Amino acid sequence: MYETTYHRPTSLDEAARLASEMGDEAKYLSGGMTLIPTMKQRLAAPSALIDLRHVGDLKGISVNGSSIRIGGGTTHAEIAASSEIQSACPGFAGLAQLIGDPAVRHMGTIGGSVANFDPAADYPAALLALGATVHTNKREMSADDFFVGMFETALEEGEIVTAVSFEAPEASAYEKFRNPASRYAMCGVYVAKRADGVKVGVTGAGADGAFRWSDAEQALSSNFAPDAVGGLSVSEGDMVGDIHGSSAYRANLVKVVTKRAVKKALGQ
Amino acid sequence: MGVEGIGAKVLRKEDRRFITGRGRYVDDMSVPGMKYGAFVRSPHAHAKITGVDVSAAKDMPGVIAVLDGKQLQGDGIGNLICGWAVNSKDGTPMKMGAYPALASETVRYVGQPVAIVVAETQAKAREAAEAVMVDYEELPVVTKAVDALKEGAPQLHPEAPGNLIFDWELGDKTATDEAFSKAAHVTKLHIHNNRLIPNPMEPRAALGHYDPAEDHYTCWTTSQNPHVARLVMSAFYNVAPEHKLRVIAPDVGGGFGSKIYIYPEEIVCLWASKRAGVPVKWTSDRTEAFLTDAHGRDHETEVELALDADNKILGLKVDTIANIGAYMSLFSSSVPTYLYATLLSGQYDIPAIHANVRAVYTNTAPVDAYRGAGRPEATYVVERTMETAARELGISPAEFRRKNFIRSFPHQTPVIMNYDAGDFEACLNAGMEAADVAGFEGRRQEAQSRGKLRGLGMSCYIEACGIAPSKAVGSLGAGVGLWESAEVRVNPVGTIEILTGSHSHGQGHETTFAQLVAERFGLPVDNVQIVHGDTDKVQFGMGTYGSRSGAVGMSAIHKALDKVEAKAKKIAAHVLEADEGDIVIENGEVKVAGTDKKLGWHEVCLGAYTAHNLPDGMEPGLKEGAFYDPTNFTFPAGCYICEVEVDPDTGVTEIIQFVAADDFGRVINPMIVEGQVHGGLAQGIGQAILEGTHYDETGQLTTASYMDYAMPRAWDLPMFKVSTTETICPGNPLGMKGCGEAGAIGSPPAVINAITDAIGNNDLTMPATPEKVWKALNAVQ
Amino acid sequence: MTDITMTVNGREVSGSVEDRTLLVQYLRENLGLTGTHVGCDTSQCGACVVHVDGKAVKACTMLAAQASGSSVTTIEGLAQGADLHPVQAAFREHHGLQCGFCTPGMIMTAVDIIARHGSSLDEHTVREELDGNICRCTGYHNIVKAILSAAGASQPQTMAAE
Repeated sequence: MYETTYHRPTSLDEAARLASEMGDEAKYLSGGMTLIPTMKQRLAAPSALIDLRHVGDLKGISVNGSSIRIGGGTTHAEIAASSEIQSACPGFAGLAQLIGDPAVRHMGTIGGSVANFDPAADYPAALLALGATVHTNKREMSADDFFVGMFETALEEGEIVTAVSFEAPEASAYEKFRNPASRYAMCGVYVAKRADGVKVGVTGAGADGAFRWSDAEQALSSNFAPDAVGGLSVSEGDMVGDIHGSSAYRANLVKVVTKRAVKKALGQ
Repeated sequence: MGVEGIGAKVLRKEDRRFITGRGRYVDDMSVPGMKYGAFVRSPHAHAKITGVDVSAAKDMPGVIAVLDGKQLQGDGIGNLICGWAVNSKDGTPMKMGAYPALASETVRYVGQPVAIVVAETQAKAREAAEAVMVDYEELPVVTKAVDALKEGAPQLHPEAPGNLIFDWELGDKTATDEAFSKAAHVTKLHIHNNRLIPNPMEPRAALGHYDPAEDHYTCWTTSQNPHVARLVMSAFYNVAPEHKLRVIAPDVGGGFGSKIYIYPEEIVCLWASKRAGVPVKWTSDRTEAFLTDAHGRDHETEVELALDADNKILGLKVDTIANIGAYMSLFSSSVPTYLYATLLSGQYDIPAIHANVRAVYTNTAPVDAYRGAGRPEATYVVERTMETAARELGISPAEFRRKNFIRSFPHQTPVIMNYDAGDFEACLNAGMEAADVAGFEGRRQEAQSRGKLRGLGMSCYIEACGIAPSKAVGSLGAGVGLWESAEVRVNPVGTIEILTGSHSHGQGHETTFAQLVAERFGLPVDNVQIVHGDTDKVQFGMGTYGSRSGAVGMSAIHKALDKVEAKAKKIAAHVLEADEGDIVIENGEVKVAGTDKKLGWHEVCLGAYTAHNLPDGMEPGLKEGAFYDPTNFTFPAGCYICEVEVDPDTGVTEIIQFVAADDFGRVINPMIVEGQVHGGLAQGIGQAILEGTHYDETGQLTTASYMDYAMPRAWDLPMFKVSTTETICPGNPLGMKGCGEAGAIGSPPAVINAITDAIGNNDLTMPATPEKVWKALNAVQ
Repeated sequence: MTDITMTVNGREVSGSVEDRTLLVQYLRENLGLTGTHVGCDTSQCGACVVHVDGKAVKACTMLAAQASGSSVTTIEGLAQGADLHPVQAAFREHHGLQCGFCTPGMIMTAVDIIARHGSSLDEHTVREELDGNICRCTGYHNIVKAILSAAGASQPQTMAAE
């Protein structure tokens, strides 16, 4: 790891001020589950790390009826274990339980994961399918607008993801097909069903990062059943191909995993 | 046997330090003044070095020294060697390319060390290593052995034209051809045995300490055989003469073969310690381990099996190309030859066998022994072929095997080995019963009703362990003898230290070896201390690999205990005024049989040291040593049965059940033996479905971390059903065969036979990843 | 350099470290607690798992500075004097270790798993929750048995005959 400096603000304002003082080589550090390994491999060399784990404003889960708001500093383990989320949106709690391993879930946060937008991260699939809103210390925007492409989000320099909010759907579920080596999603699909239609978010498989599978959304909106996606095809050209699976294989996975997510959402 | 003797499940003595965090591994060591080493490694798979500029690195803060290959050679450090000479079939010696510990002219694989930086901290050493400017002129690259043999392929070593190290054969070609001419059926198969990266969880490490006052070196290293390391570093690499070099292998976190070899790093750390004037510690990170630990397997094989009209085997032909990597590692030549082709008879009576093996250089990490070493490759060839033949003939794979089993012993195979004992049918029957093979069809149908494909596969393996009779391996080209030594030191109070040349890096020697004393004298294992892993303490040893610590290492202890027992009896007979032949030792007492005359064990021991009342002419003390050289290999064998369920939508294989029925000869501690089998099975199943090593066309290893190399996790494996049958090995005094490698040897063909059974397509290579299985399934649907 | 203070195995420690120092380096090199191991560079093997404020975390993926102000328990702090923690005892009883290198992280993870699931643990859950701990020696069979046993949970069906 290259040299760096560590800073521990306790408020959002202090964090933002530190970031502007430290310049563009500074980085926010949340759970650090991606950033620290990247630094250890000397693939990232931030001049300063601004630790967000002690910023009180980023903490907390609030559920009011079907409205769910999760602070950016909330860990995956806290989301998975939240009885409120479990009852309002069990699919989302289930997703959090499938991230990484227990030690990763204890440290990693939803804000950090969303801001990093790793192409194999799990939350983006859910946020897209849930039509979630991403809140920052400057503004709020829809997940569709927030996720731009492969490791690229709408975040501007110094901007912090403070929370994620969404309305719980009628039914939803996340199904994950793990890469046998990394255990990251080789294909993860979140389906969310509402009265006005179904949304499908896919992560891990797309060449440009997480995406919404609109063909499946249409098909499932008229018939929310696993077989509804049977006749659809996924373009291989839009998929990742690597030593773990060709784009053709991933295209198949998108279909299979979507079917299974629907089945899970139906409680089958 | 007593509660802690042979056959008893004794909990491990060594566990207490490991479960409390008090194990002591090389990276845990620290000596006063110690600094840190970091290696500059080649980023290219093949290139000429045109310049090394260390000036920027030298000026960085905290840097003590930057040393390169020219300096190493200038100081007379010798090239690394392969210690087993194999001749080609035309009689010419193998063609070994020069392998310097630090490359100064040409690099031949990614990760090859070029220079070392010694600095105040590990981070500073790594930063300075990045600042060493090496100019490379890139050369064309070849990573696959089959391609390296082609006309016009990039050439690695001037010593080995066409990249061919040797073209070797074993068996009678004429007799084999004749057998095939009479065949009613011939089964042909192409076999790919995938390259594996060993991955013991403790990465390699070395701490070199030169003491100028004594002109003496100490090396703490992650070694399975510290005495061999000292011998080779003295005799061939000119690091220091043996009496000026102490090698210590403390707790070592797994080896699986990869810590047998003497690598460039420990040599360089010792040398750099003298050059830089400070002790130098280097610890591999995981990516360095992937790039530079010796890999395993990597064979391409064409096999043909000839059968008569009654489905009896007439002959076997095998043509193998073995990828040796960029340099010949210490025992690399023996793996695809004497540890491989000699096992091609499997458990079967095969009248004629011919094997041809070509060993080839490529721009990849060196390949050497990895758990099983040659024997998994042989078993995979034989057992995939047996299963395939049975399917082609439409007969039961079990009955086909049964029909061809060797049934009388000793049995001389056409490929050197003389099997001394075994009962293959007993293992097969035990395996089939445990696996409920009879009920499989019902389970297959039940799975089908859930949309899953069930398959059943078996493998009847045999291996050669207890490596090895020195005279025999000497005649086959080995540069060393493969005996073992032991010393039993009885203290005046009756407690015992056993010094052994075997080395435990997970095998539980501290417990199993102590059980021999419990068996012999009825003493508690807590009164026994096993001392190993330090060349200053143990006189000599050949180390632990090839499942040899039981059959060879414990036999040496057994011999030394014989001597101790004999002397103790003489002393007791003298004191008790009895006949020596009437003395028995049991439950910690030394008695005159049939009388109530006795001494406590501690009284005899004390008597040996006070020497007040010893027989005339007897030397005081109670300490005996022995060297044991085995008379033959040992032959563990077994039957493994795997049941899988394949998800046709994704190609994912789930191991539903894995049965291992092994014959290891006499078992000393069944708990430890079962643990060895479990671990071997995990590695074999890993090879079969998970572990793939990929080099891209430029020679970059694209599976150089756990992000891309699929290690077996708890989630990938089932609870195993293991059991043992027992035929006593006649070749050693304890009747042991060895159990360390069996799991990794026997399991891969069982898994692949099961998956190919499930999907109805025999065309499947390891690792059978979900995508490969999915494609193979789609190809036949 | 940054000044840090934390409680390690019940004892308050403080010192000044480079900001980039990982918690595992601090434990091993500064405090001499070498029971916590490093087995990979990608935060996947789990040999370095310790408890920070009562939760299992990977000490290779946390800066020492991040842990300042926290309470850390390492494998050395698990036993009460000569009395082994029940999970340590179960690993020995069930031969859940061989070379011992992954063992400290495995045990610290196991303690955390049991704390969260208690005796409702089953084989499936144990295997799932061991996703971040790699063992190359045991094939996990005896580790799973040890964890179920320490949790007071029932063993898998296939084991009933043993």
